[in-house]
Amino acid sequence: MTAVPARPTVPAVIRPFQLIGRTVLGAFREVGRISTFAAGVLVACVTPVIYIREFFRQCLKIGFYSLPVVGLTAVFIGAALALNIYVGGSRFNAEQFVPNIVVLGITRELGPVLAGLMLAGRVSAGIAAEIGAMRVTEQIDALLTLSAKPSRYLYAPRVLAATLTLPLLVLVADTIGVMGGYLVGVTSLDFNGSLYLKNTWQFVTGNDIWSGVIKAAVFGAIIAIMGCYQGDRSKGGAGGVGRAATLAVVGAAVLILASNYILTSIFTRIGL
Amino acid sequence: MSGTHITSAPMLELRGVHKRFSDKDVLRGVDLTVAPGQSLVVIGGSGTGKSVTIKCALGLMTPEKGEVFFDGLPANTSKAIAALRRRTGMLFQGGALFDSLTVWENVSFALMYRDGIGRGEAKKRAIETLAKVHLGASAADLRPAELSGGMQKRVALARAIIAKPDLIFFDEPTTGLDPITADAVNNLIVEQVRALGAAAITITHDMASVRKIADEVAMLHEGRIIWRGPVSKLDASGSPHIDQFVHGRAQGPIQPAI
Repeated sequence: MTAVPARPTVPAVIRPFQLIGRTVLGAFREVGRISTFAAGVLVACVTPVIYIREFFRQCLKIGFYSLPVVGLTAVFIGAALALNIYVGGSRFNAEQFVPNIVVLGITRELGPVLAGLMLAGRVSAGIAAEIGAMRVTEQIDALLTLSAKPSRYLYAPRVLAATLTLPLLVLVADTIGVMGGYLVGVTSLDFNGSLYLKNTWQFVTGNDIWSGVIKAAVFGAIIAIMGCYQGDRSKGGAGGVGRAATLAVVGAAVLILASNYILTSIFTRIGL
Repeated sequence: MSGTHITSAPMLELRGVHKRFSDKDVLRGVDLTVAPGQSLVVIGGSGTGKSVTIKCALGLMTPEKGEVFFDGLPANTSKAIAALRRRTGMLFQGGALFDSLTVWENVSFALMYRDGIGRGEAKKRAIETLAKVHLGASAADLRPAELSGGMQKRVALARAIIAKPDLIFFDEPTTGLDPITADAVNNLIVEQVRALGAAAITITHDMASVRKIADEVAMLHEGRIIWRGPVSKLDASGSPHIDQFVHGRAQGPIQPAI
């Protein structure tokens, strides 16, 4: 039997520093692991072989089946936004700007961020749970023995599908969100319907829509990568799978909000 | 499986394999060989590292020390491990069938995704292989969740043999099955391994499986192979560890895993 070396005793005064050091190193290690994992998956996304059947299946699961939740979120957010802007605008006689600010807020910010957060809950957790279950039931080992790389067969189709379908979902969310504001504007705030739509259409620019779409693509990649990463690392049965799903949602949500700020800063700087 | 022709050059060889998890040394220098056409069964108590041994052999785990040779060549690069996996089949303890695929897609997975065979031809060959494990074509379009435990094991066996491997690993093939189904699975393993002329490494606790499947038996204890011999010598091994295991006694040199 190989003897396990005894750990040296650490003086009590050093222990808090030891804890801080361990936590910081652990955080760096985790960032390194996620980055390496993401790099491997992104390479698999852009090099052959791409499993087309699996990709379309994921597009259906991630994109199409998320339409109801994204649509409902968008309509209520658009409606609430219109009411809030009306209340705020009325303080300095700017109620007429409701359509303009609703469309700006939805396309540039709320559409992509809220669709991203909803998908972080629905898709990232689902991917983490599915892959986590595959990990603990040895299905991922089985894939390897059958000469299929999980990064190509499992992860790349999910990341590609989320990256390509979230922008489409955001375009739908933008439209529905604006219509939510329109409904409230016309039914509760005495706006003229055609004037509301005309103001909206004249105010919104291609840059507003593009900035939301680009954000959505980045959020889609984050959502799928976090789901795959946490699922791949899960261990220990049902508890481990549950923990992977939780970590995937939390990680994806935090990264979405952080990357949203970074992207907004970049877009502001380059005039997008 | 006595009567199988065995040549001397090993199909698989493990030399001094060590594997450690955290502070626990699971494998402490495992030496193991299996010749072409030979059926080796590895027995040992729970948690002795039997599954870890075959995962190291398949490159699913990387040993800290030691080497794995397949067909005389070291399996220490990703290319060599890929070559090893192309010529091996594996039946996992729980079947490890892919939930999202149908039975025939599971069985012909390697044909479609590794060998590039079209879906029509792959389905045809999957149904032929399912017949070899006594499953009808009606099972082909079912999902794994719709099958009984015994049927799942048979599908997993079909998946392991469809590409006609030279070496097949069986990880506790009869665990969780009733004795009659377990015997049927053992018969299928013997029948198919013999038909392919493949070497086989089986790990199991089930002594009925050992007696039916094995040409030779090796015992893993405290991370090392402590006994190896023909199955005919199992009852007269002279090893107290083997005697305790074969007779299923709590008293003896092996401590129960509770």
